[in-house]
Amino acid sequence: MPPEVSPAMSEEPAREPAGREVRPATVEAARAPVPAQGAGSQERSPAGEASEWRAAGNARRGTRRVRAVASVSLVGLAALAVLLVPAFFPLDQQAVDLTAKLLPPSVEHPFGTDDMGRDLLLRSVYGLRVSLLVGLVAALVASVLGLALGCLAGAVGGRVDRLLMRLVDTFTAVPHLLMGIFIVAMFRPGVWPVVASVGLTHWVSTARIVRAEVLSLRARPFVDAAISGGASRLRVASRHLLPAVLPQAGLAAVLMVPHAVWHESALSFLGLGIPAHQASLGTMINGARGSLSAGDWWPTLFPGLFIVVTTLAIAGVAGLWRERINPRRRSELVL
Amino acid sequence: MSAPWPAVARLVGRRLLAAVPVLVVVTLGMFAVAAASPFDPVRRYVGDGSSASQETLDALRENLSPDGTFVEQWWSWLTSVLGGDLGQSLALRQPVSQVIAERVGWSLLLCAVAFVGSVLLGCALGVLAARREGGWLDRAVSSLSYTLQAAPPFWLALLAIWLFALQLDVLPAGGLTEAGEDTVTAGSLLRHLALPAAVLTISQAPWFVLYVRQGVADALHEDPVRGARARGVSERTVLLGHALRSGLLPVLTLVGTRIPELITGALLVETVFSWPGIASATVRAATSTDFPLLAALTALSALAVLAGNLLADLLYGLADPRVDLNEM
Repeated sequence: MPPEVSPAMSEEPAREPAGREVRPATVEAARAPVPAQGAGSQERSPAGEASEWRAAGNARRGTRRVRAVASVSLVGLAALAVLLVPAFFPLDQQAVDLTAKLLPPSVEHPFGTDDMGRDLLLRSVYGLRVSLLVGLVAALVASVLGLALGCLAGAVGGRVDRLLMRLVDTFTAVPHLLMGIFIVAMFRPGVWPVVASVGLTHWVSTARIVRAEVLSLRARPFVDAAISGGASRLRVASRHLLPAVLPQAGLAAVLMVPHAVWHESALSFLGLGIPAHQASLGTMINGARGSLSAGDWWPTLFPGLFIVVTTLAIAGVAGLWRERINPRRRSELVL
Repeated sequence: MSAPWPAVARLVGRRLLAAVPVLVVVTLGMFAVAAASPFDPVRRYVGDGSSASQETLDALRENLSPDGTFVEQWWSWLTSVLGGDLGQSLALRQPVSQVIAERVGWSLLLCAVAFVGSVLLGCALGVLAARREGGWLDRAVSSLSYTLQAAPPFWLALLAIWLFALQLDVLPAGGLTEAGEDTVTAGSLLRHLALPAAVLTISQAPWFVLYVRQGVADALHEDPVRGARARGVSERTVLLGHALRSGLLPVLTLVGTRIPELITGALLVETVFSWPGIASATVRAATSTDFPLLAALTALSALAVLAGNLLADLLYGLADPRVDLNEM
């Protein structure tokens, strides 16, 4: 079973391995249609030509361009904001302005101010910056780990493969957030334990995807040709297998960023992540609980919206990327 | 169809055997992480800045941190756990088994209600959306699902409190009993359960909606449905009797993989609503580095996940006659 899912967003059997021994073929077949992956209509053969054409030209097509433009520009905007805003609007993390506390959204403060009188728009951008930074680093750690272990399992096979897959099963047996809580609890809450906990829990999905890809590549003629041409094991792995799995691994890495952001904000919300005085989307929502119970909604709403919009935008970009890798698949948001 | 009980028993047996190494590695890993932890459990136990004498501290140290490598610590923990002693919680100053026994029921109640709710909601909305693929209802349901899937459950929970408890004042914002009351009556339980269960349902449902939608939409293009339509079977029977039944099969295999998600979601939702379940114990254990409690809870959740996977495989094997349980 692949519970490589982490918080809320599933990217389930991303590409089910062609030759997973443990399951009967019927199960594989039944598991193939997966919505989040958008592997759908095109691949159902018995339905015949008609449905194939309809799927390609159905109403979703109309919104495709809009979604593409929206998600790319949102991701670009977020990247620009987190890179440029600190240069022009420095934020004093400790600054307090009690004369301006809990102002509702206005022209001067588009998102309002929080219970310390801090501008929520500026703070949210800083929070997004921290969350994205943690997310990117953690996703990178997890992807490199997953790529290495997945390649190893797929390329070496045999006992190593079985051992690594048991390891994957073990890591999926503990809910990721709980494992993160455990790691953070045993060390000090802070940026690095959070990065470590995300990296250590999220590599399994990438490892699975990469292993499946390597397994299916190993059966291709060009690999046979390379081997019979006298290429060494290392050369086959580095020149023939690795370049071919990189696009899939890159896609998995992009999809992991929202997971990591989600994970970080959940830990920070519980008071186990980024220190409370530092702006991160999770600490901001946690810090706003007091004002919320007094009825002020804006300090809670806006940081959360940042998480939702960023996640959807990154998922949209990942969807475009997947369409390029595999044009036969229908474009669909992936989370 | 008669259930192939011997095959079921064999599958359960095989999974139990396979669970042993997983649990061993998980618990051993916890002890390894704890051994690398810079925290001193004795300082935590007496509290910083306490004036306990050095002898007391040493005596406590003897009790709290057994000597030896983490493997030896793990072994002594394991033997006492197998004997029924889960250790003493440092944060709550109670035996761990008592902490879990008091709380696990509330967590199970919340999770069970939310799980059933999200399966039902997922089936209903999934079928409605799949009826006309690409129609306005499909697009509304799908985009709402994606959005809710991206939203953190704790944020949804806070917004729900704001709307239902503060603005409309129809449901309590948290806890289990009304202020000033100690006893839990059925009525107040229902009122207090409504909001957390609804939020957990809403945060879990999108996954089910999307999978059921895809399963049913695919099934609608397959021969059995075409055959049923050709025979003039009513649309309702086609949808619910044929398409939903075959569309649910892929969902069934993956239901077990939702257990970690459910635990994660419950952890966050319980925290927001101060629900007296496992979550608040977990968070307290984490903030005060309460290793015995955290270890027990982590091992427990690993057990729950493994049981969920087994259950999903069993359901799938029993529901789909093409699957041979002996091969799973």
